[in-house]
Amino acid sequence: MALEIIELCTNCWACEPLCPSKAIYEAKPHFLIDADKCNECSGDFEDSQCASICPIEGAILNEDGVPMNPPGSLTNIPLQKLAA
Amino acid sequence: MQLPVINIAAAEPKKGGCSAGSCGSTDKQMDHLPEHIRQKVFNHPCYSEEAHHYFARMHVAVAPACNIQCNYCNRKYDCANESRPGVVSELHHPVQAVKKVLAVAATIPQMTVLGIAGPGDPLANPERTFETFRMLSEQAPDIKLCVSTNGLSLPEEVEQLSQYNIDHVTITINCVDPDVGAQIYPWIFWKNKRIKGREAAEILIAQQQKGLEMLVAKGILVKVNSVMIPGVNDKHLEEVSKIVKGKGAFLHNVMPLISEAEHGTFYGLTGQRGPTNEELQALQDACEGDMNMMRHCRQCRADAVGLLGEDRGSEFTMDKVEQMEINYPEAMKMRAEVHAAINEELESKRLAKEAKVQVVNIQGLKKKETTRPVLMAVATKGGGIINEHFGHAGEFLIYEASSDGVRFIGHRKTTPYCEGDISCGDGESVLDKTLKVLAGCEAVLCSKVGYEPWGPLEAAGIQPNGEHAMEPIEDAVLKVYEEMRVAGKLETTVDEQQKVA
Ligand code: SF4
Ligand code: SF4
Ligand code: SF4
Repeated sequence: MALEIIELCTNCWACEPLCPSKAIYEAKPHFLIDADKCNECSGDFEDSQCASICPIEGAILNEDGVPMNPPGSLTNIPLQKLAA
Repeated sequence: MQLPVINIAAAEPKKGGCSAGSCGSTDKQMDHLPEHIRQKVFNHPCYSEEAHHYFARMHVAVAPACNIQCNYCNRKYDCANESRPGVVSELHHPVQAVKKVLAVAATIPQMTVLGIAGPGDPLANPERTFETFRMLSEQAPDIKLCVSTNGLSLPEEVEQLSQYNIDHVTITINCVDPDVGAQIYPWIFWKNKRIKGREAAEILIAQQQKGLEMLVAKGILVKVNSVMIPGVNDKHLEEVSKIVKGKGAFLHNVMPLISEAEHGTFYGLTGQRGPTNEELQALQDACEGDMNMMRHCRQCRADAVGLLGEDRGSEFTMDKVEQMEINYPEAMKMRAEVHAAINEELESKRLAKEAKVQVVNIQGLKKKETTRPVLMAVATKGGGIINEHFGHAGEFLIYEASSDGVRFIGHRKTTPYCEGDISCGDGESVLDKTLKVLAGCEAVLCSKVGYEPWGPLEAAGIQPNGEHAMEPIEDAVLKVYEEMRVAGKLETTVDEQQKVA
């Protein structure tokens, strides 16, 4: 079980220092999670830290490939406005 | 312990028989500050319309992370606190940032202040921010440091902040009421959790206020920025102003919300508008009774370099900086000389101004009538004189003349009517924009006004005036006001006995 950072990531550095497993690293073109190290913060925190601070909706996926922060969940922007 | 800043008006000695310190040339940002604070900030380009023509500041983008979300910010871009949304800065590692700062300081000796303001929240990136401060304190002790923050982690960082040569801290405080805050901040990251809604706003507000108190107790200057969001916090900001002043903030800067749909922010996409120039000015006026207001803030970019309103950032991209050989100890000597010369000039200007205030006071005693205030726009390249063509002005400074004298109100941006001397292709629509920007003004003073815009300006009730080229702004504004009075354009009302000491 591991989370994944995808290309929507803006390289803002917010998640990297928070990871208790040091699974997140700077890479080009965007940050990545080392799937072998990430344990979804179990044992350390209730919520996965990277997904709790990441400001970009859709940048981090769970192990099923579903966004941890789906569109509109962080900004409250109505979906039809996001699409426009 | 509180700094004796709390009662700025009361702390100010009455000079020259002037009752409220508002006669003659009034420069509310600086003259009302107690002497020790004025000394500390008078060569800070962000604090006075005067100083920013002489001294320069720069920002470095070392702090990309943020720990909250503001509805006016699109986190794909720079922090909207201090910068125009929609522009992305070149992000620097602290070592690069320091190199860039030294290069700029050695090339532009007027650069006195280095700020870290983003692109995210500097205190959400404490290692990178403090690493930069630590190196600069060691290598360039003649540069003042400042930092802007949303306040969430401020209380935890006050101790560290107090260890560096920090000139002042800016906190963006948009509200003191969590119900208002819930409409501005969708979430914060707090104690390892994302917290949303009213609870988030409550924590953020408590941290901001606590941080403000702690900084003041440490003797660190605190400026407060607020973003004015019509219908959300516009009325509320008067209360914010009172509270932050009561706690010892020395300056309050109300900035207009900038929101365009293409910025992709919550406010931009949901049609939340920013305030009009008139609304902003009315709020600044309402707050001013309680607090020094900062009216010339140009909301510069987080990576801006140069004098306010100019950006020489392109001369100092990282690849260019890497090529430069900087001998900072040598540069520091040259800088000290330049600073001394500028300070001398500023000081003599200030003394001349004080002398003038006295004269105006004496004349003021004879006149018992009050004339209505008039707004005038001025085109200037800087230096406190009227030296810009109408068609070349990218912004206008707005002054208010009244029987109390002249005061600076703010600046309004536009697109230069005529970018060059010949090719004014799109001139028409640009002029319309400028006319809108100048709404409420009755005259526009510039070094020159072309024939074309003359008619439309007059038709809009704005008298073009090119007769005071190269004159000091405040003198010229006063003269034009006097001409208007003589011409009977200022309906007069009899004052209930001027208050003179
Ligand atoms: S879920 Fe936790 S362990 Fe995994 S990358 Fe994110 S912060 Fe690190
Ligand atoms: S917090 Fe999100 S956007 Fe920022 S670096 Fe991590 S994954 Fe990328
Ligand atoms: S504090 Fe600045 S970077 Fe963070 S969300 Fe607000 S405006 Fe954006």
